[in-house]
Amino acid sequence: MNQEVAQAYWKENIATIIKLLVVWFVVSFGCGILFRDALNSIEFAGYKLGFWFAQQGAMYIFVILIFVYAKMMEKIEEKYDVHE
Amino acid sequence: MGLQALIYLFVGLSFALYIGIAIWARAGSTKEFYIAGGGVHPVLNGMATGADWMSAASFISLAGIISMQGNDGGAYLMGWTGGYVLLALLLAPYLRKFGKFTVPDFVGDRYYSDLARVVAVICVIFISFTYVAGQMRGVGIVFSRFMQVDINTGVIIGMAIVFVYAVLGGMKGITYTQVAQYCVMIFAFTVPAIFLSLQVTDTFLPQLGFGSKVAFHFDDGVRMIDKGTYLIHALDQSIKDLGFKAYTDSISGTFNVFMLTAALMLGTAGLPHVIVRFFTTPTVKGARISAGWALLFIAIMYTSIPAVGAFARLNLIKNVQNVDYQAFSKGEAKHLDGTINNGAWFKTWEQSGLLAWNDRNGDGKIQYAAGAAFEGNGKPQFIDKLGAHGERLTANPKPAHTASAEQMRASGKVVNELYVDNDIIVLANPEIAGLPNWVIALIAAGGLAAALSTAAGLLLAIATAVSHDLMGKVFYRDAKTGLSKLSEKAEMRWARLSSVVAIVVAGYLGIYPPGFVAQVVAFAFGLAAASFFPAIIMGIFYKRMNKEGAIAGMLTGLIFTFGYIIYFVFMGGNKADYLFGIAPTGIGTIGMILHFIVAYVVAQITPPPPKEVQEMVEMIRIPRGAGSASAH
Repeated sequence: MNQEVAQAYWKENIATIIKLLVVWFVVSFGCGILFRDALNSIEFAGYKLGFWFAQQGAMYIFVILIFVYAKMMEKIEEKYDVHE
Repeated sequence: MGLQALIYLFVGLSFALYIGIAIWARAGSTKEFYIAGGGVHPVLNGMATGADWMSAASFISLAGIISMQGNDGGAYLMGWTGGYVLLALLLAPYLRKFGKFTVPDFVGDRYYSDLARVVAVICVIFISFTYVAGQMRGVGIVFSRFMQVDINTGVIIGMAIVFVYAVLGGMKGITYTQVAQYCVMIFAFTVPAIFLSLQVTDTFLPQLGFGSKVAFHFDDGVRMIDKGTYLIHALDQSIKDLGFKAYTDSISGTFNVFMLTAALMLGTAGLPHVIVRFFTTPTVKGARISAGWALLFIAIMYTSIPAVGAFARLNLIKNVQNVDYQAFSKGEAKHLDGTINNGAWFKTWEQSGLLAWNDRNGDGKIQYAAGAAFEGNGKPQFIDKLGAHGERLTANPKPAHTASAEQMRASGKVVNELYVDNDIIVLANPEIAGLPNWVIALIAAGGLAAALSTAAGLLLAIATAVSHDLMGKVFYRDAKTGLSKLSEKAEMRWARLSSVVAIVVAGYLGIYPPGFVAQVVAFAFGLAAASFFPAIIMGIFYKRMNKEGAIAGMLTGLIFTFGYIIYFVFMGGNKADYLFGIAPTGIGTIGMILHFIVAYVVAQITPPPPKEVQEMVEMIRIPRGAGSASAH
C-alpha cells in the first residue's frame, strides 16, 4: 500500500475520532456536569434534564457512539481498501 | 424452601456451573492462557468484559453510593462507562493490531526499553493487587452475611474457586466462566430491580420507573408526599425536608465532580485487565465492536443502578420514618394504606452492624434525617446489651433531646437517629421491599459472581505480567535475538505458578485487609490514568514520541499521583491544602496532564525513535494484516 493512501486514511480516521469525541464530551462533561444546573430547569416526563444526562442519558449515547464508530470505520476502511 | 436452603442451592448451582465450564475450557498453550487463543466472538467477549469490569463494588456498593449522594453519584456512572468510549476509539483497535499479549508488551516494544517495560509491569501488579484485595473482601462479606460462615472461611472458599478456573483455564477458562457470571449477575440485579420498580412506580423497567410517578402516599416526617408525584420530585422534596441537599443538587461541587469523572474515565481506559480484553478478539474490527458490546452489557446494569438507588432511598424513608421500633421489628407495624410494614430485616442488619438506631428523644420511634445519629466518628460502637425497645445499644455518647415527632414535624427540623451503611442498599433492599426469598438468594449468587469474575481477571493480569513480561521478556531473554528463551511449557509453568502466588496474596489481603481498601481504589484509577493512558495514546498517535519522553512522562505521572494520594489520604494532609481544591480521588486527571506535558517536552530535546519503531507505529495504524496475535 502506498504512503499517500495510508496518510489519507489516517487523516480521515482522526477526523472521525474527533467528531465522535466531541459528542462524548458534550453529553457527559457538558450536559451532565457543566451545564447541569441550566438543563435541570428543563423537565420531560419526570426527569430533570441535566440530572438525566448524568445518571442515564450519557450512558445510552456512549453505547450508540461506539457502534456508530465501528460502522463508520468499516466504511472508511473499505474506501481506502485497508480492511482486513 | 427456607431462605438459607435457597441461598445454598443458588450459590452451589452457580459454582458448579463455573467449575464445569473451567474444566471444559482448559488452556493448552500460552496463547490460550493469555488471550484465550485470540478467537473469542465479539459478543461473548463483550459479555465477559462486562463481567470482568463490574466488580463487587459495582454490584454491592454503587447503588448505595448513588442513593446517598444523589446527583454526584453520576460521576461513577459516567466515569465507569465513558472510559469505554475512549477505549474503543483510541486504544482497542490499535492494540489489537499490535497483536501481542499484554500492556507491558506494548510499552516495552513501542518504547524499545526494558526500563519502560519494568515500570509497566510494576504498575500492572500494583494496580491489580489494590483492586483484587477489595474483591476478595467482597466475597467474604457476601459469604458471611448470606451464608452465616465466617468472613475468612468465605475468602478461602472464594480463593479455591478462582484457583480452579484461573489456574487451569487461564484467559480461556476465565472468559467462558465470565460469560456465565455475567448472566448470573445481570439476572440477579435486574429481577429485584424490576420488582422494586413495579412496587414504587408501577413501571416494569427500572430505567423508566426512574422517571415515573410514585405509586403510594408516604409521610417523610415533615409532610405528606402524595401518590402520583414524580419519583425525582418526591425524593428532592422529602430529603430536603429532612435536612439533606436535594437529590438532584451537587454536594461536592461541579469542579470536583468534573475531575472525579475524568479520572475514572481515563483510569478505566488505562486499566490493564480491561485493555487486555481487546487482545482476545480475532480481528481489529472485532476489537471495536467488542468494546461496543461490552459497554452495552455494562449499561444494562448501570442504567438500572441509579433507579435502584432512588427507589431504595424513597423506600427507606417510607418504611422507617416515625415507625414504632418494637412493633416494626415484630412485624406488626403498618403502612399508611394498611399493609404490613415488616421490619424483620432491620433486626437482621442491625445484628450485622450495618444499621443502628439511637433513640435520642426516647419516644420509641425511629427518625431518619441528615446528620450523624451517633457521636464520635459517626459509627456505632456496639456493646453487648439491648435497650428498652430491644435495640442494640452502643458505647457512643447519646446527645439526647426532647422534641417529639409532632414537634419536629411542626418545626420542620427532624433529628437523625439512624445509622445506615451504604452497602445495605443493594444487599437489604429486597428484604426492605418485602420481596420473595428466592430473589434474596439471587442477590447472594449475583454478588459472588461479580466479585469472582473481577478477581479472576485481575489475577490473570498479574500472572501474565510476571510470567510473560518479567520472566519471558526481561529475565530469560536471549540477548541476541531479543526473544524469550523460555519454552512454551516453561512459560506456562511460570504463568500457573504466579497465578497461585497471586491468589494466595490476594486471599491474604482479603483476610487481613490493609484497613483502607476503599481509599486505595482511588489509587488504582489515579495511577492507571496517570501512567498507562497517556503512554499508550502517544505511542499510537504521536510517532515522534521516544523512550526518553515516555519514561519521563510515566514517572512524572506516577510519582505526582502517588505522592498526592499518599500525602492526603494516608499522612493526614489537610483538605485546605488540596491543589486547586481537587480531592485525591480526582487527582489522576492532573497526573495525566503532567504526563502529557513532560513527555512531549522531553521528546523534543532527545533523539527520535529508531526507524523500526516508527514503522511499527505505521503498521498498527492500518487494520489490514492483523492476523492472529503472536508471542514474538
